[in-house]
Amino acid sequence: MTQTTLPPVEKTQPVSSPRGTISDRSRAERKLGWLLAGPAFLVMLLVTAYPILQAVYDSLFSYRLTDPENRAFNGLSNYWVVLTDPLWWQSVGVTVLITVVTVAVELVLGFALALVMVKALSSIRPVVRAAILIPYAVITVVSAFAWQFAFNIQTGFVNSWFAWLPGIASTTDWFGGTGTSLLVICLAEIWKTTPFISLLLLAGLAQVPEVLQEAAKVDGATRWQRLWKVTIPNMKAAIMVALLFRTLDAFRVFDSIYIMTAGANGTESVSFLAYRQTIARLEIGLGSAVSVLLFLAVVLIAFLFIKGFKVDLAQARGER
Amino acid sequence: MLGGAATAFVLASTLAACGGGGEDSATPVLNWYINPDSGGQATIAERCSEESDGAYRIAVSILPRESSAQREQLVRRLAANDASIDIVSLDPPYIPEFAQAGFLAPVPADLADRVTEGVVQSSIEGSTWNEELVTVPFWANTQLLWYRKSVAEAAGLDMTQPVTWEQIVQAAQDTGTIVSAQGRRAESLTVWFNALIESAGGSVIEENSTDPDQIQLGLTSPAGERAAEVMALVADSGVVGAAFSTSSEDTSATQFESEDGGFMVNWPFVWSRALSAVEAGTLDASVPDDYGWTIYPRVDAETPSAPPYGGINLGVGAFSDNVDLAYQATECITTDENQAEYMITNGNPASSVAVYDDPEVQEAFPMAATIRDSLELAAPRPQTPYYSEVSGGLQREYHPPSSASPETAQRAAELISAVLSGEQLL
Repeated sequence: MTQTTLPPVEKTQPVSSPRGTISDRSRAERKLGWLLAGPAFLVMLLVTAYPILQAVYDSLFSYRLTDPENRAFNGLSNYWVVLTDPLWWQSVGVTVLITVVTVAVELVLGFALALVMVKALSSIRPVVRAAILIPYAVITVVSAFAWQFAFNIQTGFVNSWFAWLPGIASTTDWFGGTGTSLLVICLAEIWKTTPFISLLLLAGLAQVPEVLQEAAKVDGATRWQRLWKVTIPNMKAAIMVALLFRTLDAFRVFDSIYIMTAGANGTESVSFLAYRQTIARLEIGLGSAVSVLLFLAVVLIAFLFIKGFKVDLAQARGER
Repeated sequence: MLGGAATAFVLASTLAACGGGGEDSATPVLNWYINPDSGGQATIAERCSEESDGAYRIAVSILPRESSAQREQLVRRLAANDASIDIVSLDPPYIPEFAQAGFLAPVPADLADRVTEGVVQSSIEGSTWNEELVTVPFWANTQLLWYRKSVAEAAGLDMTQPVTWEQIVQAAQDTGTIVSAQGRRAESLTVWFNALIESAGGSVIEENSTDPDQIQLGLTSPAGERAAEVMALVADSGVVGAAFSTSSEDTSATQFESEDGGFMVNWPFVWSRALSAVEAGTLDASVPDDYGWTIYPRVDAETPSAPPYGGINLGVGAFSDNVDLAYQATECITTDENQAEYMITNGNPASSVAVYDDPEVQEAFPMAATIRDSLELAAPRPQTPYYSEVSGGLQREYHPPSSASPETAQRAAELISAVLSGEQLL
């Protein structure tokens, strides 16, 4: 059995319309579109493009905030310092590890939760949906503190509750080693953002046409086959959007690390490195270089996702 | 967000004052950025506003809790020439950076003489940069060696004589109790390391300079290696309790209050903390009764120790429109009466020697004389405009403390030098 999706619907072009020109009506519509979207576009440029360009510019200077007189242009040497430093590569490694682990676990968990929500009795569905969303409504800093307190050796309950598990004792110091620290950080991230993924996937599930499911049932497909051959292919766009958003988010992980370990035991992420150079050391140039590299990494991830999934976002929105 | 909260707070307090006081609207308002405390600085601000007789009114704004976060906020504002910053409560290690950057208005010469009279030496040193007084000494903190009298007695340790780290560890091992220190990768680790190297007769920075490339570090000196040795000795002794590499001042205080408590190096806040726990009914009254205190432990039996120095000094913003009034206000804030009351109500020790003779202070702090003596011995952390680089480098290499060794000293020296000359990330 092959994958089953509905064929894309082609808009029929009016035969009489001459190719390559646009009618007065669509020109007016286009103008109205610019008028409506223009202000928002300008604001976006102001609040995103301007700081990004400023950071790119700053990254070319040796510039300490407390010593503006000695600001000096030094070309790409900040990038050289960053890219030849083992600390940068260690931070990239930690960031990628956290991203891959959390996104993979969240996708599976989120999908399961979405299936539960879509199948749950319609009377309790709103309640289930709200309950599942609660962690996502918690501020990241607060959730980081909650998890830190839970695993803390003095204030935490985890050690006493799970002492029956091998490897956990009342003296287990979760934040004393790299592996255990990262485990708790990942758990906190997963707990907090799985609802987000499951909500996006729920929207995708709702879009899968019931006719295809019924047709597959008639053909004798098992549940498992219907999931893999009908449901998932039909919600590819939703999966991509969920994965893309979460990967970009996860790659910028900062709060949980800042609260739980403050970067101790080699748990620094790339964002944390940027924070330390810019805010703590006040080295605006070096910090901007780290931020620009982080930005480029994020752009690269977005690009790879869109290419890799071969999904046309315009199609996903139903424009074509 | 914190900035927003601070602004909201200033607005609220300003409005409240306008509504209730009916003061002349022309009274200049001095903004005092304070570190969070138990309300003592706000009380002093109110009192000084009243005593100024309409010359000024002080409005307090609260900074973040962590001293590094306080610095981050103040530096950013002052770098942008924020004129609303009149008075700031500054943690001493950051003072050279502020002074070097020109963020602090010069202290008038006559005022400098008055505010340093009868002040403990460490506090004057902590207020000074490039041999000039740049801030007004306010309160001065120091760590003591706290011990449980019963434990010291059981171990046969004579606490009237100076003790060494080795003796403490031995006594704890003999009695099965805990030695509490701060092993977390945070400023407290620098505090501990600096006290060790200073006690061993060395310094983190041997040759100081305003040029980061010219700073000579003393980490690989014999004193630096000895400091690393003692740090590892304590961390590896098996008597520091679980999770030593994440233990903070609060963790230490909690350990010391528990039945396993034996010895602890910590700031005097632990005394008020224990007393309030007794009042709240969460701690037995016999526990603080068992508390003993003495001067910080020695690294070598023959050399007096150099305890950590902390506290808060008052700076006046260079961009303030009311520099003269602000300095006038700092003189009011730091009077002996205010320091004494602040010590009693908030537990923060005074920088003025005379305060320790106040009978009320002596009643509230039976260890007042020890604190005063410790402050005279105390050594500030490395004074440099690049303090956050130096401290950050130390924290990176000397954490976890059990890993400290002569090689650590070598690595830390290389890292800090490379970071200072802009060749490495931190």
